Amino acid sequence: MSIFLETIAWLTDPAHWSGSSGIAVRLLEHLQYSGLVLVIAAAIAVPVGLYIGHTGRGRVVAVAVAGALRALPTLGLLVLFALLAGSSLMPPVWALVILTVPPLLAGTYAGISSVERTVVDAARAMGMTELQILFRVEVPNGLQVMFGGIRTAVLQVIATVSVVAYLPLGGLGRYLFDGLVLQDFPRMLGGSLLIAGLAIAVDLILAAVQRLVLSPGLSTDPDGGHKAPADLTVAAPAAAAVQGGTP
Amino acid sequence: MDWFLSNSGMVMERAGQHLILALIPMVLGLVLSIPLAQLARMNATLRSVVLTASSLLYTIPSLALFIILPPLLGTRILDPLNVIVALTLYAVALLVRAALDAFDSVDEDLRQAAVAMGYKPWLRFLQIDLPLSLPVMFAGLRVVSVSNISLVSVAALLGVGNLGMLFTDGLQRTFVTEVVVGIVAILVLALLMDMVLVLLERLLTPWTRAAKAPADSGMKDAAGLPLAVETAR
Repeated sequence: MSIFLETIAWLTDPAHWSGSSGIAVRLLEHLQYSGLVLVIAAAIAVPVGLYIGHTGRGRVVAVAVAGALRALPTLGLLVLFALLAGSSLMPPVWALVILTVPPLLAGTYAGISSVERTVVDAARAMGMTELQILFRVEVPNGLQVMFGGIRTAVLQVIATVSVVAYLPLGGLGRYLFDGLVLQDFPRMLGGSLLIAGLAIAVDLILAAVQRLVLSPGLSTDPDGGHKAPADLTVAAPAAAAVQGGTP
Repeated sequence: MDWFLSNSGMVMERAGQHLILALIPMVLGLVLSIPLAQLARMNATLRSVVLTASSLLYTIPSLALFIILPPLLGTRILDPLNVIVALTLYAVALLVRAALDAFDSVDEDLRQAAVAMGYKPWLRFLQIDLPLSLPVMFAGLRVVSVSNISLVSVAALLGVGNLGMLFTDGLQRTFVTEVVVGIVAILVLALLMDMVLVLLERLLTPWTRAAKAPADSGMKDAAGLPLAVETAR
């Protein structure tokens, strides 16, 4: 049990928090990498997902591509990109983007297509344009499922960015690999706890955002007494399942 | 290709280690999650506890979990047991949800009919609930299989033997071929496992193919949507 005491000592030592390789800097690096990956991935996945969800076109292709990408080992892709293009910042970022697009795409697309067709038809019958239907009807109604995909993708990125330190780049993963080389277990355990804590904290923040953004009508629909829990079960296993292979 | 041929023995050995590390947690996860899901179905509080715990578990990145487990288990960092326990935890987290959905997918009328015919609870579970929940269960198993195979390779970063070693070794030697062979080997392994699961499902659920035509395609679609989302990882 002394290993935990040593780890707590390592984590609470102010010297480990400041400086160019301090926890504060590593945490910031971790968040920067993750943010960069998410922005690029979202710029690709969200428009495509909206298009597929709204039109239903290309669904089969998207599912097939996403399925194939799912089996790709994260570590292998990272190493391959680093070897082919050098271990500067961007190659690993592109590898991570490739791995982040599928859950985002699937979440967006599943969210849009989870909206009841009768609701969409009603909006169309009222004379809404296709874009109005998409952004005023389908997106707000599908947001719950879409958030499942977003949270999965974010968690996956935060988890995978810890592997980037192996290449070697910065981020909280540094503590794991430096600790491994130095046989410094408290440092490894401390780093691991920081990564796990960061993942849980970010997920909690996203859960809070989700609660704020979701239309209250989605959960208190009098007729949809069974619809809300059904939506939840759709979103929940998806979130868990989609995350499946995070390192 | 030459490199692969001259090192095929080593690759096969790594693939064997890889398969064992991915397969044992899957089986253990299945064995643990079915009773857990049955318990959760009986009690609403327990159900929400199980669901919350499983999603919380899932937020912990595996690389971190591989390192947090050894001091808790009293194992060494290189011990493959850490990987097996970590992946079993993930498998349970995922399969408990799948099992809950699977048991929920069984038509309540069929259950009532079984009770009316005099099935004892235990026999009803074995002969009615369990077989009828297989299609949804298998969807979950396929997700676990692919994600486990991908996750195992991460353990190579800590020095646990598996196909991921080809990545770490390839990076150290800046040898692209080895990395590509590793990626292909893992993809092949994932594909083979998926095919085995699909075959197993076909063997165990012959009735889903008995009703071809519209009814069948309708069911496929209903099951296809969640699958599509899961596929997405």
